[in-house]
Amino acid sequence: MATATPSAGPAALQRRGRFRPGDAILYVVTLVAALSGVVLLGLIAREVLADAWPAMHKFGFHFLTTTAWDQNKKLFGAESFIFGTAVTSFGALLLATPISIAIALFLSELAPRGIRAVVTPLVEMLAAVPSVVLGLWGILVLGPFIVNTLAPALHGTLGFLPIFSTKPSVGSNVFAAILVLTIMIVPIISSICRELFLGVPTELKDGALALGATRWEMIRGVVFPYARAGIAAALILGLGRAVGEAIAVTQVIGNNVAIHWSLFESGDTLASRIASQYQGADTALQVHSLVYLAVILLVFSLVANVLAQIIVRRVAGRHSVR
Amino acid sequence: MSTGASTSDFFRSERMRRRRATNLLVELLAVAAALLAVAVLVIVVASVAKRGAGAINIDFFTKTPTLLTFGNPPPSGIANAIIGTAIIVGIAVLMALPIGILAAIYLNEFAPKRLANVLTLALDVLNGVPAIVIGIFVFVFLVVGHGQTAIKGGFALAILMLPLVARSTQEVLALVPDSLREASLALGAAKWRTTLSVVLPQTIGGIVTGATLATARIAGETAPLLFTTSLVGNDISTDPSKPLASLPLFIFNSAEQADPKLHEQAWGAALVLIAFVLVVSLLARVFALRSRRRLAGER
Repeated sequence: MATATPSAGPAALQRRGRFRPGDAILYVVTLVAALSGVVLLGLIAREVLADAWPAMHKFGFHFLTTTAWDQNKKLFGAESFIFGTAVTSFGALLLATPISIAIALFLSELAPRGIRAVVTPLVEMLAAVPSVVLGLWGILVLGPFIVNTLAPALHGTLGFLPIFSTKPSVGSNVFAAILVLTIMIVPIISSICRELFLGVPTELKDGALALGATRWEMIRGVVFPYARAGIAAALILGLGRAVGEAIAVTQVIGNNVAIHWSLFESGDTLASRIASQYQGADTALQVHSLVYLAVILLVFSLVANVLAQIIVRRVAGRHSVR
Repeated sequence: MSTGASTSDFFRSERMRRRRATNLLVELLAVAAALLAVAVLVIVVASVAKRGAGAINIDFFTKTPTLLTFGNPPPSGIANAIIGTAIIVGIAVLMALPIGILAAIYLNEFAPKRLANVLTLALDVLNGVPAIVIGIFVFVFLVVGHGQTAIKGGFALAILMLPLVARSTQEVLALVPDSLREASLALGAAKWRTTLSVVLPQTIGGIVTGATLATARIAGETAPLLFTTSLVGNDISTDPSKPLASLPLFIFNSAEQADPKLHEQAWGAALVLIAFVLVVSLLARVFALRSRRRLAGER
């Protein structure tokens, strides 16, 4: 991000003697555009908070520990959605982490050039599949597959675990949501990790190999410690994506207000609940409560992203190649 | 290990065998993971293609959806959704592209380093705000009390697109060598002239690539449209001051219905959408590789 000249801003330009209106105009126009990111963030926070306020005022923090979502009783709470969001996102992260890191290792350390050039864009294409298409596939293909094949097998062999303790009656369940989310975040995590691994200095890798380490020992002893912070950031970004995904999840999870430990039961997440109620909430309070759910999502995504970006920037600063 | 005998003993030792076996296992797992990702992509695309192909014919692109009828329904299509998506995405591009490029110019050419860091962070954080929250934001900000329009849907998509365009433009601007800027300034050209007619033309290829990838990405977004342009009829309309139909929402709504006829329509629409998104992002990537090579070669 090198600026061409150290003198920036109209004041500096004037000091140089000649004031050029064109410079001032471009400066102001681009500055306004550059501020749009901050302005939008502020506006989003303000508007969403303002609209959620009636519900926040009425329910307070009890909203977070109330399970009900009941129009008739005028009682709304987010607990089951927070539970569902936590289960689906951490479940997806648990599955996606080893797979993504393995893919990144394959693409950065193992694969020959030709294969690398083909597989890298293919993995990124997976991220380009629209979530609504993945959701459609999830409900009409993956769902039946889970009910007929995967779930009986898992229930039969690992049924003593609470998470596999029931048999699914329909294809819409938490397990389907976890799988769909895993598919969505694997390409995100693996492409960040791949770049991190490629950024590990060759001297260090070669040094480890020259000392007689096997490739895995080199990866464990050199690549992982070097990229540790970056991997953490990649996982946070993947988690953030999983938490915020509304469409694909709402298509496959069953939209049920309930807390179950079994992954084969239907459930709901924060984002999915908002999406599922778009065709109209009955009362103003229900709309405000929906926006309250958006506030929770917004707060989480702000914290997660700021954290991850700060880590990314610190890592990038350490070995600024560019 | 000074003698050959002890070295070969070392390599034949139980411990070394175990180390090699572990290494082989890990390498096989890595290959398997990569294969798995590619297999999932192939499975998803293949099942969309297989189920969607049956719905695709001329009527599918030129007719509008027909309501549930018993017996022999008239030919049904998604013309309104295709036109609506084109308009909504077009609006988003018109809003996000100029602002994104101008923002990147400020961040790379004018901003003091600290301010640039803060504003770039804001763009990255904005990029991480869930699409459904953006949809809710536009809903409470513009739709409540005023009604849905395609323009508001386009605005929601533009918020998603802005950070993508700005960040990708920033990346190509950073690739332009400073010597070009200095040469132009030394010739007496003003800063604005240098920026607009020396620096920017160098980056056109990269900007187009970034904008194309961003367009492909937002064209498939559903969540921002749910609350902003979802209450639509089945007629073809091009009026952006009314809510317009869109491909993602058509898929979303049809998938929720129990009617298998509608499922086939949803698969057909998904095939159209996925083909558009994948082909466009593939083309953009190929183009990116070429223009990047050219820019790097000029250095």
